[in-house]
Parts: sequence; C-alpha cells; structure tokens
Amino acid sequence: MSFLFTVSPDFTPDHLSGWYIFNTWLQKQTGVAIHLEMYNGFNAQREAISQDKVNLIYANPYDAAMLVREKGFLPLAKPVGESDEAIIAVSASNPVSDAAELTPGIRLAFTDDPDVKMMGMIMLEPGDLDVGNMQSMPCDAYVQVAKHLLRGEADVGIFLAEAYDGLSEMIKKQLKILVRSQISVIHHSLMIGPGLLDKREQFQQCLLGMTGDEKGRGVLESLGFRAWEKVDDEEMEFMIDLMDTLTL
Amino acid sequence: MINDMNPRDIVGEFRETVLNLYGGMQRKVFYTGIETPYPDGKLIVSTTDPTGIITHVNQAFIDMSGYTEAELIGAPHSILRHPDMPSAAFKDLWDTVERGEKWQGFVKNLRKDGGYYWVKATVVPNIRKGVVVGYTSVRRKPSRTKVEECIALYPTLF
Repeated sequence: MSFLFTVSPDFTPDHLSGWYIFNTWLQKQTGVAIHLEMYNGFNAQREAISQDKVNLIYANPYDAAMLVREKGFLPLAKPVGESDEAIIAVSASNPVSDAAELTPGIRLAFTDDPDVKMMGMIMLEPGDLDVGNMQSMPCDAYVQVAKHLLRGEADVGIFLAEAYDGLSEMIKKQLKILVRSQISVIHHSLMIGPGLLDKREQFQQCLLGMTGDEKGRGVLESLGFRAWEKVDDEEMEFMIDLMDTLTL
Repeated sequence: MINDMNPRDIVGEFRETVLNLYGGMQRKVFYTGIETPYPDGKLIVSTTDPTGIITHVNQAFIDMSGYTEAELIGAPHSILRHPDMPSAAFKDLWDTVERGEKWQGFVKNLRKDGGYYWVKATVVPNIRKGVVVGYTSVRRKPSRTKVEECIALYPTLF
C-alpha cells in the first residue's frame, strides 16, 4: 500500500524537484511507500484532504488548523528559521507611503494563498480597508500580482515575503514596500495523518537527523531549508489559536 | 498580586489615580499623554492562564509595554490597564471568552513609562481536550478612525 504525500500549493516553484528528491529520500529512510502528489491549487488539494486521501502534507498554517481539528493530523517538523510573512506593495510611482493612507475603492491584487492573504488584509486594516470596500483582483501567482501593479491595473498587491524577495531586481525597482509583516510565529509544517500516526516518531527522527549525513544535507539544500526542527503538539495548538485570533 | 507603578519609571508630566482591578486588586497608576505609535507589520502576542496571569509574551509585547519579560510573566494582564478604559469593556471581554467565544475590541494600554498605545485586540480561549487552559491575546495595529470613535465613546461608559 502506498501513502499519499502532498505539499501546500504555495511552495516556491524553484523547489518543485526538491520535493520529489525529498520524497525519494524519505521512502528510503523509512521503508514506507509514499507517492508524492502535487495539486494545482488549494481547492483540489482540500478536496483530496476531505476525501481522506492525504497521509502526509507540508501544510500552510491556515490549513494546519483544519488538519488537526477536523482530520486528526499531528505535526512532525518545521524548517528551521523559516516563517510565513507577507508584504504590502504598490508601484514605486504611487505617492502613498503608508498603508493607512490607502483609501476605499482601491484595486487589490492577491493570490489564493490563504495565510498570506489573511496577513495582508490585517496590514490593510489601519486604512479601514476590507474585502467589502476594495476591488479584488485574484491572481494565480505572485509574478502576476507584480505585473498588475507595474501595468497600473492594480493599486496594491499582497505578496508572500519570500516570493517578493525572489522577484527580479528590475521588477523590485519598480515596486515599493509599504509594510512587511514581522510575525515570526506563523509557519508551514510537515504533518502526518491518521493512517501513518504509528510511524510519527520514526519520521521525526529521520527528519531531525537529516543534517547528520551528506545525502540528507543535499536533500535539504534542494528544498531550500537549513534543517528540520520538531514541532510538538502544544506548539501547533498555540499556532492554531493564534491563527484563530487573526481569522477575519 | 500587582505592584503600584513607580514614579521614577515615568517619562514626562503625569497624573495619578487608583484602579480597581479584577479580583479585588487595587493599583496606583501614573499616566502621561504620550502615545507610542503601533509598529507596522507586527503582532503583540501573549497568553495567560485561566485567571488572567501572563504565561507568555513575545518581543513586540515587551517592546510596547516597556516592561521586561521577567516583570510580565506571572503578573496579571491588567498590568496594562489604562485609567481611560471603562471596566465595562473588560467585563464584556471576560463574559465572552468564558462562554468559549472570541472577543475583539479596541484597547488603550498603559506602558510602564506612563505612556499609552492603542491596539485592536483579539482574545480566544485555549481549549485542550475540552478544557479551557488559558487565553491567547493578539493585538494588531488599529485603524485611526476606530481609535477616534473609541476616544469619543469610552468616557461615556464610566
């Protein structure tokens, strides 16, 4: 029997091959047959989760709450030093210099990345902005958000900070950051589902030991991570409570 | 247990008053008219036990309150209580979270140096195996419009 592993669709595209390398490594280390399935979007992935097809997932913090509370998943580990942060940006030519100066009616470009959108919306609140008084411009990718700003089709964009930082220097020169979140405690986590829970400790040991051998370090490098660190149940519960306070 | 504020910690001209806090406690406080603006992009996070005693604070909490972590852990959350905040707001907070629900409101907090800062606060109960083991409170930057509304409203609630 093969178990199904999936990754939150907001992963950095540069690391797509890294997840396949990681999956191969994980199977070798644990002796468990695991099939990696990459879904095209959040809806397709959530549908698979709702049908109990998923056994292992690198989950965004927004979905983590649902996975723990409704599907009996438990956390394994998180990448060391990585946290989810959002950026509010405008075109460099926009005279606005503070999110509080933005006014209702503006055109907002964003992706369907749920926790990034949530953090972005929180940072727009000081300007009395909410989904009801802005024009929404949903995008498939952060590059599209940038393009909408550069072409003047959108006034404001919400970015995953990591995605913004990864934009080309030429694009970034034409954009201006109004706010960068410094939340630190919201992060993606690798989580294990009910069908595999008896192997939780084994998986955790494999992950935490990755930096101890050359192959493991190479796999981490292909994911863009330094190392994994353990996430215990209470840390996950704390993050879920925190997400609960932020849900609009 | 909560100590009175120390006049030596206060920056600028101040007034003094005695607050009646939850649990029958009283505290002498000194307060100025100096506002510290809420920092962009940050969240102030804390947790308390079920009685409101602080068990965890993040760096933004320490920076904005002006207290050290050691002074905050073990202190009642009302160490931030500003005399301009009507007690009705905190009664509503406690009534709401004790029902197991989320509370949200705008709060003027008192700093150790007598100054203040406005926040949009959200408090949720931490439920573990069906039992409330504490509360998580997260504060974010409020809209100035909402703050102005509260400045007009809160004095009418005393």
